[in-house]
Amino acid sequence: MARYVCDCGFMYDEKDGYPREGFPPGTKWSDVPDDWACPDCAVRDKVDFRAYEES
Amino acid sequence: MTTANMTASWTDRKRYIWLLSPALPLLVVNGLNHFHQTHLTIYAWLSPLIIYLVIPFLDFAIGKDTSNVPDASIPALEADWYYRIIVAAYIPSQFFVTFWGAWIASHETTTWLQYAGLIFSVGAINGIAINTAHELGHKKDSWERWLSKITLAPVAYGHFFVEHNRGHHRNVATPNDPASARLGESFWEFLPRTMVGSLRSAWNIEKERLSRKGLSVWHWDNDNLQAWAMTVVLFAAITAWAGWYALPFLLLQAFYGASLLEVVNYLEHYGLLRQKAADGRYERCLPEHSWNSNYIMGNVFLYQLQRHSDHHANPMRRFQALRHYKDSPQLPAGYAGLLLAAYVPPVWFWWMNKRVVAHYDGDVTKANIHPRVREKILRRYARA
Repeated sequence: MARYVCDCGFMYDEKDGYPREGFPPGTKWSDVPDDWACPDCAVRDKVDFRAYEES
Repeated sequence: MTTANMTASWTDRKRYIWLLSPALPLLVVNGLNHFHQTHLTIYAWLSPLIIYLVIPFLDFAIGKDTSNVPDASIPALEADWYYRIIVAAYIPSQFFVTFWGAWIASHETTTWLQYAGLIFSVGAINGIAINTAHELGHKKDSWERWLSKITLAPVAYGHFFVEHNRGHHRNVATPNDPASARLGESFWEFLPRTMVGSLRSAWNIEKERLSRKGLSVWHWDNDNLQAWAMTVVLFAAITAWAGWYALPFLLLQAFYGASLLEVVNYLEHYGLLRQKAADGRYERCLPEHSWNSNYIMGNVFLYQLQRHSDHHANPMRRFQALRHYKDSPQLPAGYAGLLLAAYVPPVWFWWMNKRVVAHYDGDVTKANIHPRVREKILRRYARA
């Protein structure tokens, strides 16, 4: 399960999804619409998110 | 002095001056007390006197502060609970003003002038409360977001909670945003456009979110419905307690309060436009897409809302840490002085249009131009 982060620090984790926005746990990032905005800052959209790599 | 020393020794000189923001409703409580005792009309008009006379005068007299918090001090400053408490501290006296103002308006006014003054005085406190709700509504903590909705109840503007974060911030400084004013658009044209457009946008945002969850827009999970329900309960309770005269009072003060928010919206992004990138999307919101103002009194009364350029570029940043950018467009006064000009369109256009054009180095085609007067604006500001 992959994770994606917005510039503001918000993280989308496929394992958890984001039920409030209608993405149940397990929702793949590819199933999230491209024009979906970051629910915290709304400055950036899905396509601006970066894949999160653990360091 | 080295940078490390400066960071270690930095303290917030305004730490206690920020208390003026939550002190504002207390001042009006004091005004209501005096009205209750003396029945002098002037005490019913306290908020308009503060907003339209005292603060513009103090802004003019005291001037600007462009200093910034050193980067290294920001995390500790943002984590300091003192600043969260003084934001929430606005709310109890805001509700007290609403209840008692409605009672006094219904039972103790003897002239229409007194009744009208109370509409403006109570409406202003609830309109400025939208600024409090704004600071709370941008945060991740659920208690702050919940308080944000409660704060919006007396001004009947609960949809602001949805629209501001997910509509206005996303579309700011584009023609798609009802709350971004356009070059050549007067405040009186902007007011109905933003009020109707913001309501429609808030409704659609929740409709889309709920439809992804397979729910109806009328489902109780709709944030708009939850926030409006609070207003209905509050107004019903006050009317039951203070009598039928309180209801028109509550509706009128809410309308004036909301108009106060919208006049501030009007000046915050007037004429500014994000350019479109090659892929057809608008460029990211940068500090240059919001007008900034460093006038001290306006900032200490509004939890630094006037440092708006940084707020839009970094919406999650807490008020005490907002920065001044020297490249962002600068308003020629504080909000309180400018909103007086916004009420009189010829004065506003004379004061601000040249600043929009100067911001774009004389290329007016880069501005967000009001379609109705587009040709006129292009002719007026055509490059020599």
